[in-house]
Formats: sequence, structure tokens, C-alpha cells
Amino acid sequence: MAEPGLAPALRFEAVSKSFGAFRRRVAALRDLTLTVPAARITGLLGPDAAGKTTLLRLAAGLLRPDAGRVEVLGLDSAREAARIQRRIGYMPQRFGLYEDLTVQQNLDLYARLQGLPPAQRLARYAELLRLTALGPFGDRRAGKLSGGMKQKLGLACALLRIPDLLLLDEPTVGVDPISRRELWAIIAGLRDRGVTVLVSTAYLDETEHCDAVVLLDAGGLLAHGAPAAMAAELGGRCFAVRHPSLDRRALQQRLLMLPGVVDARLEGTGVRALLAAGAAPPTAEGMDWRPAAPKFADVFVDRLHARRPRRAPQAIGPAAAGDDGPVLHVAGLNRFFGAFQAVRDVSFDVLRGEVFGLLGANGAGKTTTFRMLCGLLPASSGELRVAGQDLRTAPAEARARIGYVAQRFALYGNLSVAQNLAFFAAAYGLRGARLRARLDWAEAEFELGPFLAMNAADIPLGFKQRLALACALLHAPPILFLDEPTSGVDPLARSEFWQRINQYAAAGTTVLVTTHFMDEAEYCDRLVLMSQGSVLAAGTPAAVRARAARPELPDPTMEEAFIGLIGAHEASLRRAA
Amino acid sequence: MNTRRLGGLILKESMQILRDPSALGIAFVLPLFLLLLFGYGVSLNAEHVPVGVVVEHPNPQTEPFVATLRRSRYFDVRPLRSLGEARTAMARREIGSFVWLRGDFARQTLGDGPASIGVVVNGVDANTARLVQGYLTQSWQIWLAQLQQQQQAGTAAFPVAMQPRIWFNPALRSRDYLVPGLIAVIMTLIGALLTALVVAREWERGTMEALMASPVTMAEILVGKLLPYFVLGMGGMALSVVLAQTVFAVPLRGSLLVLIGVSALYLLVALGMGLLISSVARNQFVAGQIAVVVTFLPAFILSGFIFDLRSMPLVIQIITHILPARYFVSSLQTVFLAGNVWPVILPDAAVLAAMAAFFFGVTLWRSHKRLD
Repeated sequence: MAEPGLAPALRFEAVSKSFGAFRRRVAALRDLTLTVPAARITGLLGPDAAGKTTLLRLAAGLLRPDAGRVEVLGLDSAREAARIQRRIGYMPQRFGLYEDLTVQQNLDLYARLQGLPPAQRLARYAELLRLTALGPFGDRRAGKLSGGMKQKLGLACALLRIPDLLLLDEPTVGVDPISRRELWAIIAGLRDRGVTVLVSTAYLDETEHCDAVVLLDAGGLLAHGAPAAMAAELGGRCFAVRHPSLDRRALQQRLLMLPGVVDARLEGTGVRALLAAGAAPPTAEGMDWRPAAPKFADVFVDRLHARRPRRAPQAIGPAAAGDDGPVLHVAGLNRFFGAFQAVRDVSFDVLRGEVFGLLGANGAGKTTTFRMLCGLLPASSGELRVAGQDLRTAPAEARARIGYVAQRFALYGNLSVAQNLAFFAAAYGLRGARLRARLDWAEAEFELGPFLAMNAADIPLGFKQRLALACALLHAPPILFLDEPTSGVDPLARSEFWQRINQYAAAGTTVLVTTHFMDEAEYCDRLVLMSQGSVLAAGTPAAVRARAARPELPDPTMEEAFIGLIGAHEASLRRAA
Repeated sequence: MNTRRLGGLILKESMQILRDPSALGIAFVLPLFLLLLFGYGVSLNAEHVPVGVVVEHPNPQTEPFVATLRRSRYFDVRPLRSLGEARTAMARREIGSFVWLRGDFARQTLGDGPASIGVVVNGVDANTARLVQGYLTQSWQIWLAQLQQQQQAGTAAFPVAMQPRIWFNPALRSRDYLVPGLIAVIMTLIGALLTALVVAREWERGTMEALMASPVTMAEILVGKLLPYFVLGMGGMALSVVLAQTVFAVPLRGSLLVLIGVSALYLLVALGMGLLISSVARNQFVAGQIAVVVTFLPAFILSGFIFDLRSMPLVIQIITHILPARYFVSSLQTVFLAGNVWPVILPDAAVLAAMAAFFFGVTLWRSHKRLD
């Protein structure tokens, strides 16, 4: 990959690294050989536990390889870590900001630590604050910034002295689409100044900003190359599929059961299908197959699919969305925290068997709304009915009908998987034959068998998510609440997760979900888009996208629609002010 | 060591201390609370102990004895009529002890053999029981002496008379040695517990990882932690000394300079322990637990601050020799109550200096600028 005349910025030679001791020793990287070209943006992708963070820490001189050699900017990382650290910028996954210091004080600290001469500081601060749009927040404490602003500040701190090599560990996780765009604009600007950037990400669509992509799996190199070239190899295998009568989710399930179909996921008004190499589009009844341009997401699925079996798809019947009245009824909901109004006049209804999404940027009020719906937070005013029960007068009855998966999966890490299941079953009052039957169901449905005796903290993230879902579904609730259930989970696990959700929804379970992955909005039957406490748009994904359509952007993606609608809303607020 | 980087770290740490209510709480509110509690609330003296007196036949011989007890500031006398009543009162914990003057007490005193007084003490609280026993014996001797004077008997029953003098704390106020000892506890809190917690917090929040990837050296990170908490710890000590002198009127017989010197040495040991703990425990819960068990509790219980080391079992006594707080408390109590007694202070200071060097050595040796 190296350009002629430019020495590579980073060279891994047969590097291995393991963690833990004795029987619990886990290999993070196995015999990895890799070269990262200088003055380019290289994306680092892979499923959970692929070794991305370990690779970045080795490059930052924070870890020593067990075997092999890591060379950073021509320096050996084991012996010359101090010299390397003078020339790199590194942003760990968890910001590395001091939350009780202000934005300006964080900048001051890192300017001193990186030895930026005082004479240059003011000019550098001004430029970074302009790039990150953090100028007005100089006196605000870092802990009081939104997630996206924190990430931008973290990046600014790593960039005070322009480094030769910038290492970023998932800088865009948990960041809303607008902030993600801004972050990528800053990164692109750095490449133009000759900075080498190595950035790990969980968003497959971000590879479009990268010159090269490194795909890791289980500590080994799976693929390395330009994302466009890799996608081009899949020419003729990607299709947009439509069906005149089947709804998208039913169509997706049917496609997954066809031979030769590697993957099927919802996109726009249809389903995107990836075929195995050499397979022709099956001539199934009524389906309309149109060739589509391959994307990196297809590459990711294709390469990883070869290495692990996919969950057998389950047949689902026609959508069971009934007309027996709303399961969830919200009208005129308000919530104040002191003088601050976090939720203003929110109203919506959710029908039985619907997948209903709550979308919004950080701080839009979706978590507050969610907590009120679960009965975890009282509403300041408004009407809230869950499964016919008023949350104000009968919170316990309403809650017994709810399954809840909290952000970051509230599991007991030092209890085994089986003990976690047993505890939640007991908490929901399951006993006797029904207890046995539900535990057996959870074990089989979520394929938890191999992990039953392991501590919940030690199982892969994708399985933690399954376990959390299993615990929430033990008492077979008619309503399922999911608060950012896919955060930090790799794309394959996410796709599998949504297949399950579709299956339960089709069987009549009502699902309410928050997410900041805009592509996941496509899995919702209907959604509301929130900004600054108010509902900005509501309806089917197609209707919300159509609302953002403009002459120059006739068919916006959900992410483009999100950015457009929020931008317009904020502009109108400014005009009103 | 780069002064600009070090300055940045110290500035950051100071700002965090000022902004963090929990740090200020451990540094100033908790010491204040402990000082007030031990200064006013806890007293190891037994005063106004309720004592029952069972006089089966009140008569001129028994009356002066009861009057002696009444006059004593140690006792609140509760007259009781029978042994049975005394037993009930004891079981209900209304009295902690009682004196039993039998019906034939008067006759016995006139007879040849010794007259007997029954003394029953509730032994559940062994410490108070011993004190009460001692006070009762003392009261009985005073009464006996008075009796002899009255009778003008030529020969004293006791050929030996005790002339007690109590040195260093003549008023026997337990506050006078508790408050100086408390300084050791407070400095342990700030030096070991607070330092271990704040370093662990940097690991938890990921800021340590960001620091380590910057050009800062490990020594700068350690000194950047050390200096601010050293100042804070000395501030905690100053607060304690001022309160001891003004509010509790504890004397300071040695020199202030010696006090500051020994305190600084001990604070370095505590900081060394705190930094060492945080290099092992990278989350606040574990770091806090280790710091409490390894530094705070020993400083409280095994330092001679409350409990006399010499009355402990031999094994425990040997263990106390590896605890830095023991040497500091011994020096503190000496400087406050006795003065600059060099044969006590110099060996203590030497041990503390050696311990400080040991803990910093191990911390430096253990700390790498790496995550594994």
C-alpha cells in the first residue's frame, strides 16, 4: 500500500499480544503483519474483540508486544516509546478528558504536557476552537458537554501540537450524525497537512472517508486495501430487492432463507441483498431484483460471513399489527428539571406488534422520555398509558408488562450467565415448570449454552447483548423497551439482533427502541425524531425521509434526513429567539 | 523533569481538588468531624458512673462510706434496698456496679477480723469495669483514712502512704492525647486514601491512558500527584493543630518545628503507600478498600492512638512495628504532651524516613508508562 517515496508510518511485524493469566489467557493479536502508509487516513474495522484497541495501544507505545516488532515513525515501540509519544497524538476510547475542568483548562493542560510553546498557544486554541465549534463553551466544564462535544474536545486535545501520527480509538461512537460529520471534516483536514491517521470505527459507512481500510478479526488481518477497490470486487453480487405485497421485514426473512443469499438488510424502501460468489439472483415469486452498487458494508459482511456461521433465519408470519387500540399512549408529555424543560409536549401512540423508534441527537430528550415510559421517572405533566394501565396510578401493574434492556446491559458481571438468568427469572416471580420452560427457551433461543458457566463480564459483547435481551424477555412481556441496545456492538451482531426483534414484533410483541444508528431507523415501523425536547418529525421511515427531500437531494438517507431536519429546526428556533 | 509539564499537572490536580466536593470532604470536613467527635464526644475517662449501694442496715459506720462515694465525681450513687433489687438494676444496665454492705458490717468493723465489703462490677465492658473497680478501691481507702483520723488511733493501719503525681497530663484528660493522635489518622486519610482514590479515578475515567500516551514521564506524573496532596495533607495537619490549641486547649509542649518535621515525614510515608496502592488497584472501589484496611484502620486501632500497644497480645505488638502510624503517634503524643524528647522523636523520625524511602522506591520501580 505504501506510496513510492514515502516511508510507512507504522509497521507491525509478526506481532502477537495476549492478556490475562493461565487458563483465562486471551490472545488479542495473533502474528499480525501490517503496514500503514504515511499521510493517509487508514480505517481500522472489525467485530468485537478483533484486537483494534490493542493494535492502537501498541502503536502508542502503551503496550509491549509479546512477540514480533512494532515500528512507529521509524522508531521501535518497545525501546523508544518516549520518543514516539513526543510525535503522536492519541485519543483513547473514553475521551481522556478531565470532566471537572473546563474546556479551556483541558486545552491548557494538554498544551503544557505536549510542550507547545506559550507563544503558539493562542493561535492554536483559536484554530481548534473554530474547527470544533467549541468556541462559545470555553468556560464550560468538560463533564457538562454533550457526547459529541466531548469527542471533539478530546480530538482537539490530541491535536494541540500537530502530530506526525494520529491514533483515534472509535472517536465517533455514541456521537450524533452532525458531530460525526464535523469530526471527519477535521480528520480530513489533517491528512491534507501530511498527518497520518489511524482510526478505528464501528460505523461501516465511515470507510468512505478512509484512503485504506484494515479489517481485523480475532486478532488477525482479514483484509487490507482501498475500500472502493474492495467493494468493487463484489460487483454483480449486490441487489436492491422489492416485492409488491410483502412488507420489508417479511421480505428480508424470506430472502435470508433463500440459498445463495449471504445477507439481507433493510435499506430505503426495499431490502438490500448480497449474494454468494457465483450465485445468480433466485427467481422467487414476485421479487424484483435490481443491481445495486456494492458498499464497504457488503465487504465486511462477506469477509466475516466466511468465518462464522450465521444464525438460521426464522420464518415469520405476516405482520401482526392489530387494530385493538394503542398499547402505548403518550399525550402532551412534559418533563422539567428545575427551570430546564427536557421534554416538551410529546405525543405519540404505539400499536401492538409495532417496532417504534425514538431517534435524536445527544441531549434531544429521548432517554428522559424513555425513562418516563418505563416508570423510572415521573412525568411533570401529560398522559401516559402502558398496556391500558395509567403509569401514574398503577405503576407496578404497568411495569410487570414491560421487558427492559438498559443502556450498556445491566447484567451482574461477576455472576455466571446461568445465575444472571436465574436471578432475573426470580425477580419476575417465575416458579416451577414455567421457570424451567422459560430458562430452557432463553438458553436455546439465544444460543447461550456454551457460556452458561462463564461470568457475564467475560463473554463477548454480542453475547452480553443477547443475555440482556434474554433476561428482559424471561417473563414474556407484551412490551419490550430497548435503550440503545446496539451501542458498541459490531455490525454482524447488530444485524442479527434486529432479526430477532423483527421476529418478536411479528409475533405480537410491541417494541420501543432508542438508537443513534440512523440505519437502524429503517428497522422501525414508525419513529419519532426528537430535537431539544420536542418531536420534530413522526411517521414511517419513508415518510420522515420524504419530509427532508429537497430538489438537490431527492432521495435522502435517514442520516441526511436527520441532519437536514435538525438543522432546519434549530435555524427556526434561532429565528424565533 | 520538565517544569512546564510538571506545572501543568500540578495546576490540573489543584483545580480538581478545589472543584471536587469529595476531595475537599476527605481533606477538611472529615478531619473536622473526627476532631469534634473525639474532642467532645469520646472520652476514655469514666465519670458519673451509676453505682448502686445496698446498705442492709444503715448505721453510723456505713453512713460516711456512702458519703465518700457521693462526693466522688466518678460516681452517681443510687441507693438500693436489697441484693435482689441490685441484681435487677444490673441486668437492666441501669447501674454498672454496686457495693454491698452486709447487715453485720457494723458488727464486723468492731470485731477482730476484717470487715468485708461486697463489690460487684458488670464485666461486659472490661475497660470501664477495671476503671470502676479502681475508683471504688480508691474511695474505700479514703474512707479508711478518714476513719483512722477520727478514731485518733496512734498506730496507722497502713505504714505506707501513697503520694500520687501524674505527669504530662495531670488532669488525666483523654482528649489531650486523643487529639494529637487524631492528626495521624487525618494525615493517613489524605495521604493514603485520597491519593489512592484520585489515581484510581484517573484509570477509571481513561485520563491515565491519555496522560501516558503524551510525552509526560512517569516521574512527572507521580510528583504531579505528590505535591498537591502533600500541601493538602499539611493543611489538614495545620487545621488540626489550630483546633487542638484553640478549641480543645491541648498543650503543645515541644516545638512547632519538630511537629511539622515529623508530620511531613509521616505524610510522605502515607503518600508513598497511597501511590503504591493505586499502582496495584485501578478502580476506586478496590483502591478505597485496600487503603482503608491497610492504612486507615491500622492507624486507628494499632497505632497507640486509642488502645495501649503494651496491653496487646505479643503477636499484635510485633505487627505494630511495621506500621508507620505507630511511630508517628508516639512522636505526636510526645511532642504535644511531653516536649522535644529526642530519644523518642529521633528513632521514630528515622524509621519514618526509611519507610518513606521504601514506599517511593517500590512505587517508582513498579510504575511503568504502559498499560500492561
